[in-house]
Amino acid sequence: MDLTLSPSEEEFRDEVRAWLQANNPGPEPEGGLDEVMTFRTEWQRKLHGGGWAGISWPKEYGGRGATQIEQAIFVQEATRQEAPSPANVLGLAMGGPVVIAHGSEEQKQRYLEPILTAEEIWCQGFSEPESGSDLASLKTRAVKDGDEWVVTGQKVWTTFAQYAKWCMLVARTDPDAPKHQGLTYFLMDMEQDGVEAKPLVQITGEGEFNEVFINEARIPDENVVGGVGNGWGVAITTLMNERAGLAFGAIAQIQNSLGRLSRLATEVRTAGGSAADDSYYRQRIAQLHIEAEAMRLGAYRGLTKTMQSGIPGPEGSLGKWQWADLNQGLTELALELEGAYAPLGRGSEHAIDNGAWQYGFLRSRANSIEGGTTDILKNIIAERVLGLPRLR
Amino acid sequence: MYFDLTDEQQAIKATARDFLASRFKSERIREIAASGSGFDADGWQQMADLGWAGLALPEEWGGQGLGIVDLAVLFEEMGYALAPSPLFSNTIVGLALSICGSDDQRERYLRPLAEGARRGTPALWGAGSTAIPGAYTMEAKPDGDGVVLDGEKVLVMDAGSADFFMVATNDGHRHLVASDADGVSVSEEESIDTTRRLSSVRFDGVRVAAEDTMPAEGHEYEAVLNRLCVALAAESTGVAQRALEMAVEYAKDRQQFGRPIGAYQAVSHRCAQMLLETENARSTVYGAAWAADAEPESLPLAASMAKAYASDAGWRVPDASIQVHGGIGFTWEHDLHFFLKRGRANAALFGDAKWHRERVAEAVLSRAAAPAAA
Repeated sequence: MDLTLSPSEEEFRDEVRAWLQANNPGPEPEGGLDEVMTFRTEWQRKLHGGGWAGISWPKEYGGRGATQIEQAIFVQEATRQEAPSPANVLGLAMGGPVVIAHGSEEQKQRYLEPILTAEEIWCQGFSEPESGSDLASLKTRAVKDGDEWVVTGQKVWTTFAQYAKWCMLVARTDPDAPKHQGLTYFLMDMEQDGVEAKPLVQITGEGEFNEVFINEARIPDENVVGGVGNGWGVAITTLMNERAGLAFGAIAQIQNSLGRLSRLATEVRTAGGSAADDSYYRQRIAQLHIEAEAMRLGAYRGLTKTMQSGIPGPEGSLGKWQWADLNQGLTELALELEGAYAPLGRGSEHAIDNGAWQYGFLRSRANSIEGGTTDILKNIIAERVLGLPRLR
Repeated sequence: MYFDLTDEQQAIKATARDFLASRFKSERIREIAASGSGFDADGWQQMADLGWAGLALPEEWGGQGLGIVDLAVLFEEMGYALAPSPLFSNTIVGLALSICGSDDQRERYLRPLAEGARRGTPALWGAGSTAIPGAYTMEAKPDGDGVVLDGEKVLVMDAGSADFFMVATNDGHRHLVASDADGVSVSEEESIDTTRRLSSVRFDGVRVAAEDTMPAEGHEYEAVLNRLCVALAAESTGVAQRALEMAVEYAKDRQQFGRPIGAYQAVSHRCAQMLLETENARSTVYGAAWAADAEPESLPLAASMAKAYASDAGWRVPDASIQVHGGIGFTWEHDLHFFLKRGRANAALFGDAKWHRERVAEAVLSRAAAPAAA
């Protein structure tokens, strides 16, 4: 058992740290999503220039060829230094890894480089209005027409669809097969007449995600990933990679928030002094720290296992579940600490921390829904980790 | 970075699992729990023969010289088997002697203890005291070159089978007193956990010679507290693991409304929650055990995190397991109640979850209050 970094990993961390200190562009611009995306695109180009995009991807496809530990080190350092997110989050965390795992050599040559440079932004077309948690029931149809597939249907909760060139699309290619077997994974060009993205406004007031209407869109046959009828397996790889890839960034982000929460507690006055002296708040802050540490250590245990087996296991679901609980719990406690000031959000003269906690509280409501609801994660854990029988 | 057990540690785990499963079958645990002394002399001898009495004690003094990670591996299995044994109390005294004793005391007390020939147990808390770590009320009255002890200690584990007590006094010292010394009397309490007896021990004018008072003072025992908390948290993790497995097994078997109850989400999600708590307890325990061996400066915080988390999980998981079992889980006949009781008793000893969370709060909030500490 060894929780320390090896000398070469420490060297890597120092290199990452120094590079980030010199190149971190600081906070994202205030204003609309367009400005933010432009800012993130520039940042990702800088990352790519420094060799920090696709850290664990093979060198021959433009990656750094680094280990998963080094990938985790980078994400942790970047989050610790509050570096912005790259523009092509979904391409980097899901699209690229899926093409590397299931794609043909031609697909790797074609798609990977523009993901790294943010030249082509990716989005994920999985959920549909009537297929959320029951993803395999999806109805979007793809029908073969010569060398092409003709696709019709509707996708929803499609983050960054309005900026995307490529969509990781799962569609039904065999309506007669059992529901998990009739699916195929495509890369669909978003820039065509048959595809229309309409932004949805979230409870934060932002519009990151979209409805996507697909009406006889065309996808060439060479854009099938992993073979016709294998869409379910490929989609699961995408989700497992998403959970594993985001874990270490999520942990560092929780640690940042816990630091801010502790500072908030020392600043908030209560009748008896500071909230940081109040036993009720002290207990709750301590419990959040303990759970965050359990999650961090659990992620290291998971990483150790992944390095031995090569693939992230279903245990990753525990981490995602916990992350959602923690992020929600700590923003809830922050609002409780703010007391009567809790309603004042961004832009209010008397808002505490410029309303950052109000935004965090609202945004974190999605944490137990996005990327697999907590309820579905519990099903996965019950069935695949504990071996309990399926209800269905 | 490798956060898993090594092959050697896996071997310790497998040996412990096999030995304890064959030694402590349900009927045997019940016999010991119902017996007058609560002590299984043959079982103790076998554990001693396996080297467990001195597992994490220095080889120089008869121990195995292994680390706290290895100790945590062993205690997780002790909890899993719900082994009724004075191994935990004995381990505490062993750690205290090895960290805080004099060489003469190590020769006379630690060596036989590490070899399993003599058993020691701590007698820390005065009757009516707050019974939190460090708050010791008994006075050590000077008497020539020694001291005299007067008063009653409570919550003393395994007192009936101990050869000597390690008695704490309010000057921060510990005194080694034979259980058959003049003026020592033991009376057993009714602990809910009959697999680990708790007694009160009276010391009526008991004289302690100077060479039996340990040289270390107050805060030097924190190193012992942190390590024993890791072992106890590991034991609670094992308790939770076993209760979880019992629930999962039952949920697969038991049929209601025409299907196994584990197919219903009210039940399966409860089991998922139990897994989460058990795995978190294990992660914090191994994080703290690793810190004890490799990064002692981070041990105090890590140990409190482990003890706080495992204190809760150690009884909540068996509690949830009882709920999954329904009526049968509430019967004396089913073993689950032993696990609930052990978990709850462990939660209370050596600082409850609240006490340890306060220790965590102190560490993290003072960090936040320090200007620009990050």
